Amino acid sequence: MQALYSQLVAGISLGSILLLAALGLALTFGQMGVINMAHGEFIMAGSYTAFVTQRVIADAGISLLLAIPLGFLVGGLMGVLLEATLIRRMYHRPLDTLLVTWGVSLILQQAARDIFGAPNVDVRAPSWLSGSVNIGITQVPAARLFILMLAAAAVAGLSLVLKATPLGRRIRGVVQNRDLAETVGISTRSTDRLTFFIGSGLAGIAGVALTLLGSTGPTLGTSYIVDAFLVVVVGGIGQIKGSVIAAFGLGLLQATFEYSTTASIAKVMVFVVIVVFLQIRPQGIFSVRTRSLA
Amino acid sequence: MNARRTRKRLLGAVAVVMVAGLVSTGCGSRVGASGPGSSSGRSCVDTSGNSVKIGFLNSLSGTMAISEKTVHDSLLLAADQINSSGGVLGKQLQIISEDGASEPTTFAEKAGKLISSDCVAAVFGGWTSASRKAMLPVFEGANSLLFYPVQYEGLEASPNIFYTGATTNQQIVPALDYLKQKGVKSLFLVGSDYVFPRTANKEIKAYANANGIEIKGEEYAPLGYTDFSTIVNKVKAAGAGAVFNTLNGDSNVAFFKEYRNAGLSPATMPVVSVSIAEEEIGGIGLDNVVGQLTAWNYYQTIDSRRNAAFVQAFKTKYGQNRVTSDPMEAAYTSLFLWKEMVGKAKSFKADDIRKAADGVSYDAPEGKVTVNGENHHIAKTALIGKVGPDGLIHAEWSSGAPIQPDPFLKTYGWAKGLTG
Repeated sequence: MQALYSQLVAGISLGSILLLAALGLALTFGQMGVINMAHGEFIMAGSYTAFVTQRVIADAGISLLLAIPLGFLVGGLMGVLLEATLIRRMYHRPLDTLLVTWGVSLILQQAARDIFGAPNVDVRAPSWLSGSVNIGITQVPAARLFILMLAAAAVAGLSLVLKATPLGRRIRGVVQNRDLAETVGISTRSTDRLTFFIGSGLAGIAGVALTLLGSTGPTLGTSYIVDAFLVVVVGGIGQIKGSVIAAFGLGLLQATFEYSTTASIAKVMVFVVIVVFLQIRPQGIFSVRTRSLA
Repeated sequence: MNARRTRKRLLGAVAVVMVAGLVSTGCGSRVGASGPGSSSGRSCVDTSGNSVKIGFLNSLSGTMAISEKTVHDSLLLAADQINSSGGVLGKQLQIISEDGASEPTTFAEKAGKLISSDCVAAVFGGWTSASRKAMLPVFEGANSLLFYPVQYEGLEASPNIFYTGATTNQQIVPALDYLKQKGVKSLFLVGSDYVFPRTANKEIKAYANANGIEIKGEEYAPLGYTDFSTIVNKVKAAGAGAVFNTLNGDSNVAFFKEYRNAGLSPATMPVVSVSIAEEEIGGIGLDNVVGQLTAWNYYQTIDSRRNAAFVQAFKTKYGQNRVTSDPMEAAYTSLFLWKEMVGKAKSFKADDIRKAADGVSYDAPEGKVTVNGENHHIAKTALIGKVGPDGLIHAEWSSGAPIQPDPFLKTYGWAKGLTG
């Protein structure tokens, strides 16, 4: 029974990490229609932001809390820069976007290597985030609990923006039908830029959070981009609730399979489940219903 | 309708790109038996002038760059020192550096280029076993020499490779002896999912079986894996006396952070690692590994005049904040061993060097090392170390004298049946 609880916690925690990594991607994917391969490098930029912040402010707790908005800003600005210089020129050329963003991701990785050096850097976790918290049924590492709460906050914040603000309505309009949105007078230029800012900023936050669990190095992003992509595809394009369900679903599946088999086999089994699922529902869990003929 | 079809096709394209990426990093070891150099058995090494070319082949980009760059640095230091003290047989060394790019196939390709188009006298480098296995047929086909500086899983002895890192009986077996001596009754094995950890764990299980140590569990994580909550849950539930860690690369960071967060510590369940050296401690975070154990043949803290000179020279060349580690020292030593071999053979030819190799010794920073001419490994002293609060590793236990290399574990009764 104890094992069941601890695996449940492991699965939920893994789900929250996947969600944090994939949330921004779901947003930009919905808007571009193509995966931004450089999304992983925005996560990496967020991690290095946490590292630099800690260099300036030695206190691990304060620097972590400060790094979250800073990571959002750094990731967001990099996203806007990428959108303004490259992606906006190729909204109707999806394959080119894929290759270009992949090229950008390689450039960013090498840039990180040149600036911070090839070895991993260490971001210290604050003392209140090391060790475990007893939540009645089982022990949860405090860092994982923190990430879970951060993911929940990010989802809540993003949902609020999308549902309750004019900007959110514009974003949803562009995702559903770009041409029609333009026709009714929405400035798709500024909407695109803002969508990119928020989506990439969320990647930056993910990067800050991930320093609590893993290594901070130039190739950090590549280990999350594939999983984030899977979450977005399973969840359905342009849908936040789809990503939430997909992230926790995949996290729980991975933890369950991993407990009864091994990490490698579990990965394969999760892949098989995804492939079978996409055969049945190629559009993902949810899809945007539109009346467009395109 | 069209847009949807395009999107579907696109998703397919993305999947293909990603799978291709996974495959090329995951199983790069499948290289045909005929490397680029195998067409010509004759060497084109030019030793007529007052210089001789040698090749350094390390990953300067990609996921292994973090480790292999340091090896490249120490090789350059060794070359500098040899050149300023008169070179080899009176010839200055001319270095040709190539980037293996963390891809075994690239290693094989670049090795072929160094041998047949640059005509180098010997090549120094390689790190992962996959890269070594990919290069092996190239060197054997062209009858050239590779000096490989990293500890590995043993069970190999190519006439064209000199192994200056530890084989299993100089690292893993002494670590097990140490644990047994400390009264550890049960082990949990955690490793990355590839050739080195799987082979090493097979040997560990054979040893445990013969010595009454219980194996409580065995877990493998894919290379680059970053979520260790399930594996650490299993480790914690099993409650072994110690963990034997053969994880490689970034996974160590995630593993040790999770280990500490789960409330496990060196006092309750120590972890013995064979892939964490001074260089990696900074990236993992000192807080997460302090007090944990490592098994190597060299530490920066070795107290000898020879080592002090090496550390000093390295820091002068690359900066005071740099550290020296076992693979770096083994690479540094490999260049000097080659120099000694060439000096003894009075020739740069691979066949002459091979004949002269047996018994060649060098006063290395780790202590005196001697080449075994039969299996091309070197006799080294094993050291079990503990990570100190200063971020360096301090030897806790030493085998006392250099251990003769035995890559096929022929002299160990319990290892019968492992080597086939």
